[in-house]
Amino acid sequence: MATTKTILSKHETDEIDRWLERFPKDKAQSALLAALRAVMHEDHYLSTAKMDAVADYLNLPKIAVYEVASFYSMYELDEKAAAKNTIAVCTNVSCMLNGSDGIVEHIEEKLGIKMGETTADGEFFFKVEEECLAACCGAPMMQLNHVYHENLTNEKVDELLDAVRSKRSLKDKEAS
Amino acid sequence: MSNSDNKFVTITINDKEIEAVPGSMLIDVADKSDIHIPRFCYHKKLSVAANCRMCLVDVEKAPKPLPACATPVNEGMVVWTRSERALTAQKDTMEFLLINHPLDCPICDQGGECELQDLSMEFGSGSSNFHEMKRVVVDKDIGELVATEMTRCIQCTRCVRFGEEIAGMREMGATGRGDRMEIGTFVEKSLDSEISGNIIDICPVGALTAKPSRYHSRAWEMMQTPSIASHDSVGSSVKLHTFKQKLVRVIAAENEDINECWISDRDRFSYQGVYAEDRVEKPMIKYNGIWKEVDWSTALDRTVENLTEVAAKDIAVLASPRATLEELYLLQKSMRGIGVSNIDHRLRQIDFNDQESAGAFPSLGMKIAEIENLDSILLVGSNVRKEQPMINHRIRKAALNGAKVMCVNPMELDFNYEVDTQRVSNPVEMINTLAIIAKASYTLSKNKIPAGLKDLFTGVRVNKIDKAIAENLMKSKKSAVFLGNISKQHPGYSTLRALSKAIAANTKSTLGYLSESANSAGAWLAGVVPHKKEADQVADVIGKNASEMLSRAKKVYVLLDLELERDSDNPQQAKAAMNQADTVIAITPYANKSLLALADIILPSAAYAETSGTYVNTEGTWQSFKAAAKGSGEARPAWKILRVLGNKLDVKGFDYVSSKDVRNELRELCKDINNENSVSVEGIYTKLDDVPTQCLYRIGNVGEYSGDSLVRRAAALQKSSPEQNAVQLNSKEIALLGLKDLVDDNSKEVTTVEVKQGEVVVSMPLIINDYIPDKCALLASGTQSSSLLGSAFGEIEITA
Ligand code: SF4
Ligand code: FES
Ligand code: FES
Repeated sequence: MATTKTILSKHETDEIDRWLERFPKDKAQSALLAALRAVMHEDHYLSTAKMDAVADYLNLPKIAVYEVASFYSMYELDEKAAAKNTIAVCTNVSCMLNGSDGIVEHIEEKLGIKMGETTADGEFFFKVEEECLAACCGAPMMQLNHVYHENLTNEKVDELLDAVRSKRSLKDKEAS
Repeated sequence: MSNSDNKFVTITINDKEIEAVPGSMLIDVADKSDIHIPRFCYHKKLSVAANCRMCLVDVEKAPKPLPACATPVNEGMVVWTRSERALTAQKDTMEFLLINHPLDCPICDQGGECELQDLSMEFGSGSSNFHEMKRVVVDKDIGELVATEMTRCIQCTRCVRFGEEIAGMREMGATGRGDRMEIGTFVEKSLDSEISGNIIDICPVGALTAKPSRYHSRAWEMMQTPSIASHDSVGSSVKLHTFKQKLVRVIAAENEDINECWISDRDRFSYQGVYAEDRVEKPMIKYNGIWKEVDWSTALDRTVENLTEVAAKDIAVLASPRATLEELYLLQKSMRGIGVSNIDHRLRQIDFNDQESAGAFPSLGMKIAEIENLDSILLVGSNVRKEQPMINHRIRKAALNGAKVMCVNPMELDFNYEVDTQRVSNPVEMINTLAIIAKASYTLSKNKIPAGLKDLFTGVRVNKIDKAIAENLMKSKKSAVFLGNISKQHPGYSTLRALSKAIAANTKSTLGYLSESANSAGAWLAGVVPHKKEADQVADVIGKNASEMLSRAKKVYVLLDLELERDSDNPQQAKAAMNQADTVIAITPYANKSLLALADIILPSAAYAETSGTYVNTEGTWQSFKAAAKGSGEARPAWKILRVLGNKLDVKGFDYVSSKDVRNELRELCKDINNENSVSVEGIYTKLDDVPTQCLYRIGNVGEYSGDSLVRRAAALQKSSPEQNAVQLNSKEIALLGLKDLVDDNSKEVTTVEVKQGEVVVSMPLIINDYIPDKCALLASGTQSSSLLGSAFGEIEITA
């Protein structure tokens, strides 16, 4: 239909518009990765409704958006991934040789969830990371909300997780 | 031996020297020389994906086997398709493909006609090196037409490429990645494309199969009969598959000049209608309001009596443009033989003003295949995508080649390609829009405006957009103006025709008709029009046209495969005429409630695929077909019924032995007919009143799957197009009805509204469609609910 209202937030459309400027007019598809990133930033996952909205906004077939969204592991398609913090521990070869299994076990115990799950308080999502995160020299490593942390030990993990958690909780406290 | 002009290169495949066009793909060259290379992802009408690797062949000097579908030929290339290296590569590929493919052919609908099954017989090994679990893909329901079993998918992406490259809308895609990649729609949705069923034909495995015929019978148990599709005027080639002489399914057949290798969903799935519950098996006569089954001779004698006891001018003969050429010709010949001149097939047309000036038959004016070479096309009153999907496919090809497609329609349409201009206005305004374009075309061509057109141009101001349309046509080397089904049903058809003709003449474009039915052209050639006998000869007496025959009741009606409440422009009027008539004689495969109420004699005829015959398509090609399935009960092919009737009526020349004899007789008579569309610009036009301001104006073009008795009974198609049974308005009109909350919240369940036309009120679901102009309501003809209403174009009232 000619003009549809979009459910995308202002931040999301601003971000998409900003990227659209960098590409030729008929190559709106080029802005797709950025558009999905913007949605991830807001919602922490990609709902079908938001993907459809992105498709309409960029004038792409919906399936073209689903294809890209489901291809990259940096996009989450499940609502349960929508936690405040995302932990991704690399378990690929170098990290595994340097003890990533222990790190995973430690986090699972600490948070009381398995990989792929979200804590009941919605604070942490423990992602199943499938690829080498390209920081093998600092193995074992994890990515916490897009920040790389290398040479992990259980203590270091505790510190990091507590820090994000308390920062968030503090903020929440202030707000209330 | 290399050719000096470099037009060809010489390559060697399996020691055989072959000449080939440089740059063409090895697989094509091999195919042309009957050297078979195994393949899955390659399809000659789709782009090269080279992802299945089944076509690996051994090329001299190449370090490893090369995929034949993606390897262009070069001078001196030496190829072996069955050397040890080639065979090893092919066998290894097969082993990989089978890693995740279930080996459950006995319970797969594709079993027996599966490319994977065939090739695994040739290249598969008895055991696999892979012992892990096979992956499983969870299926999604993608609608009524295509059944999915995606665990069987080998990810050749033919269906994905088909969506993008042929259907022009991507519905299937590849989501996920690596070993978790899946082909599908990702979300549960039914396929929307009007040609979606073709993915069933191109899927090499049992991942996509035809839902309506699933598990009905095995490929090797079925008989295949080539035939012609019976709906739109394209006349696509199909193959009918029968099991125990019953039609089980229809698939596309190749005919490069007409439908390439695709068919519309309508042509593929309409066969379901053949076995509808209301098929008639025995001749029947109504005695004092009660139907009695009788034998053929009683029924025919009674028919003869009824036809002979009234004056010929009190008889009206109406036929479906889907009837075969043989049926139409014999109907015409027998009826004119007893002096009847009221005969017509144009039941949805209401403006007949200029019928005398028309040519021998409404023709496309060119070959279907030539459409793709056009540089600009003006569509007048045509929803070509739904009306003639395979013509739309050709227009789409032209558009992708840069042709400008422009249209003048009473609603905006959703095309599957870029359209240059869509001029949308209400049906009456549409004439003015076309008049502006015509006027601009006179200015551009410097031709003199004929006196007859002058009053259409008074007060007409040429604007930039409409002028550009005329200019585009004028500038183009090859251009065409096509009149579609909406024009034909339009109350100002003669005006639209004259203006289109003027535009075509001024801009040196071809004027063509995208006619309605499989045999619209044939009906003209057979003489089923009141002013012409067979083969374009002027009738001795000019009879009444369809609209006249129904607006003033006649004493006797003869109907050939018609359901007037659905097949005519004005169902209310048609029913009233039938009610008043003394006798209604119906030659028909079906008898629904309405026909049982209105008719007096029913002569059961064979349905689609049960009779031999001929269709003449819109480009004028005669295509004959054989019967494929057994008729129902005592039903007889209509041409045989009419042959006997002709004899019983003592009309001369009715001793045909086969339908071929009938065809040959007419063919001989038609040998000098050309496909010029000679419309006189000086004709008389129909003047229309402005669209009324106090009520809505109905746009009643025929629903996608409502055009004829067969498709209306095709269950799967009916389920897949619910919107044809709704009334559609734009948001503004809906708000005016006081249903504003519906506009704001589209997700709410269906709202029904009351639609009033004439004295009848019908409740119908309402759909928002902002493509419809103000003051108008889209309400399709041919549907169940519209069968109670009046004329397809005209005033209606809608209340919430
Ligand atoms: S569904 Fe069939 S056509 Fe589509 S990718 Fe799979 S195997 Fe190929
Ligand atoms: S294996 Fe973990 S970063 Fe490369
Ligand atoms: S047919 Fe050549 S790679 Fe599939």
